[in-house]
Amino acid sequence: MRRRATSLGLALLGWTFLWAALASAQGTGEAPGGTPPSDYWSMVFVFVLATFIGLGVIRRVSRLLHTPLMSLTNAISAIAVIESISITGSDYPTVIRLLGVVAVFASMANIVSGFLITDRMVRMFKTTRQGDSQ
Amino acid sequence: MIGFIVSLAYLIATVLYIFALHWMNDPKTARHSVFAGVAAMLLAVAATWIEPNVVHHLWIILGMVAAIAVGVPLSRVPLTAVPQRTALSHAFGGAAAGLVGAAYYYLWWSKTPEYLTTFRTTALITENILGFLTLSGSLMAAGKLQELKWIPQRPLTYRGQNVINIGLLVAAAVIGIWVILHPTTLLAAKLFPVVIGLALLFGVLLIVPIGGADMPTVIAILNSYAGLSAAALGFVVDNKLLVTAGALDGSSGFILAIIMCRAMNRSFANVLFGAFGQVQQTKQLEPGKVYKPETIEGAAQVLEQANLVVIIPGYGMAVAQAQHKVRDLYDQLKKRGITVKFAIHPVAGRMPGHMNVLLAEADIPYTDLVESSEINPDLPQCDVALVVGANDVVNPAARYDRTSPIYGMPIVEADKAKTIYAIKRSTRPGFAGIDNELYFSDRTWMLFGDAKAVIGDLVKQLSDSGGIH
Repeated sequence: MRRRATSLGLALLGWTFLWAALASAQGTGEAPGGTPPSDYWSMVFVFVLATFIGLGVIRRVSRLLHTPLMSLTNAISAIAVIESISITGSDYPTVIRLLGVVAVFASMANIVSGFLITDRMVRMFKTTRQGDSQ
Repeated sequence: MIGFIVSLAYLIATVLYIFALHWMNDPKTARHSVFAGVAAMLLAVAATWIEPNVVHHLWIILGMVAAIAVGVPLSRVPLTAVPQRTALSHAFGGAAAGLVGAAYYYLWWSKTPEYLTTFRTTALITENILGFLTLSGSLMAAGKLQELKWIPQRPLTYRGQNVINIGLLVAAAVIGIWVILHPTTLLAAKLFPVVIGLALLFGVLLIVPIGGADMPTVIAILNSYAGLSAAALGFVVDNKLLVTAGALDGSSGFILAIIMCRAMNRSFANVLFGAFGQVQQTKQLEPGKVYKPETIEGAAQVLEQANLVVIIPGYGMAVAQAQHKVRDLYDQLKKRGITVKFAIHPVAGRMPGHMNVLLAEADIPYTDLVESSEINPDLPQCDVALVVGANDVVNPAARYDRTSPIYGMPIVEADKAKTIYAIKRSTRPGFAGIDNELYFSDRTWMLFGDAKAVIGDLVKQLSDSGGIH
């Protein structure tokens, strides 16, 4: 148990360092040619902190609910929909927007079916039977 | 102003996502999770849509309508088909992230090459490899779970398989690194699809040697990849909401995969590259051993006399759609004041938590669904252990037979019960091709037949004799 936790921690640390190294290679200064200044360091921070929050929260998820958990996180990770909307709706070349509309479809299908089926499943978990109270 | 509103909406969405996951810690609050998730998603979508750069709306609406047309039926599948649906939605998630990444690469390559910094291109390549291998791998997994005829069900292995797989991944990485170093060249634009193609091929070959018993782990790993590809997309486009949501999904899949691996006493590498079903040179049981069949009447009598009955469901219960009959049996026994518990092994079924959902659907109170490690201490006091379509998770060889492929796997210790009844369709060994010594124990009796039919007969027998008491 402890060894696994240690190796998990080391893996996360390595992952962090990888992105940190990339971010420092990039610098946080102004990029040339009007590129929007991108604060790589803060992205890395957000990613690492979110990973730890995720590990902490998910570890406490009831084992009964692992199947709904998976469909819920599926719907949540379909957040790529916002970037799909952004490229489909912008004044970009048609090919790019076509890729975007396929992505809108794929992620939106995940959102719709993911939330609906999660709700369907979690509603089934009851402590008492319907007949018991009658 | 709009920029402020959008950022605020994204921030609130992030908080709602964390609450959504937090509320999953108890079935009582699980519905809040869905509401929080939906609210977060609506906020994020609305905020993006009002941004000034979104000027064309027709295509977005068309895409969404098509998605609803596909998504709603996908959410109504029978619960036995949930593993396939989940695998399919991992494929969608990987595809969406991958396509957006590719779109941005070509957009920047043709319009604003200065955007293709080393950091961005690295994130792009990572994201595309993850996204597209998730796409093809999940489609393969979904096909296997759906038992499509043209996809081999049995794990398919061949000489040099791991060398070829790892070689493919290395090739994709090497080409990817070249693209990262020269992102704005013409050759890079041509090599980009090559990386995608290699990732797709790698995804297919990764799943080919995976058998049904390993599906829970593989689905969890693919879940994690889909999340990580979304997070990497966030790095590409500078969007912290994507990074957070992707990281949450990535860690969720990761934890589930760890739980599954621990439940089988195996490592990630062993699941992905070990080809579980391949290890079949286990010793056969001595020919002298025979099954002892039992009649429905006999089993019903023993069940009636019991104080504690533990039911151990497995994938066979899902295949036979027997969960509703199991509920009837549960009712019959409960009516007689018998304590009935379900022993749920983490890898029973084809995805994490599969059995819990099926039994909850059959309206069995979740308080009677007990995890195997918690119920094992009670099994020596258990009068009847009823094995419904489970096999490897009750094989006592896992405790002592070092040559067995499942050696070391924590099991449901059904063999310690006073009487064991095992429902089995035929005398053939289970999925992993391993004979199960439990079936030949002195206290084990076999009930041959389809799980649904056998339990239906048991219920009928019990309800007929119910009036005599």
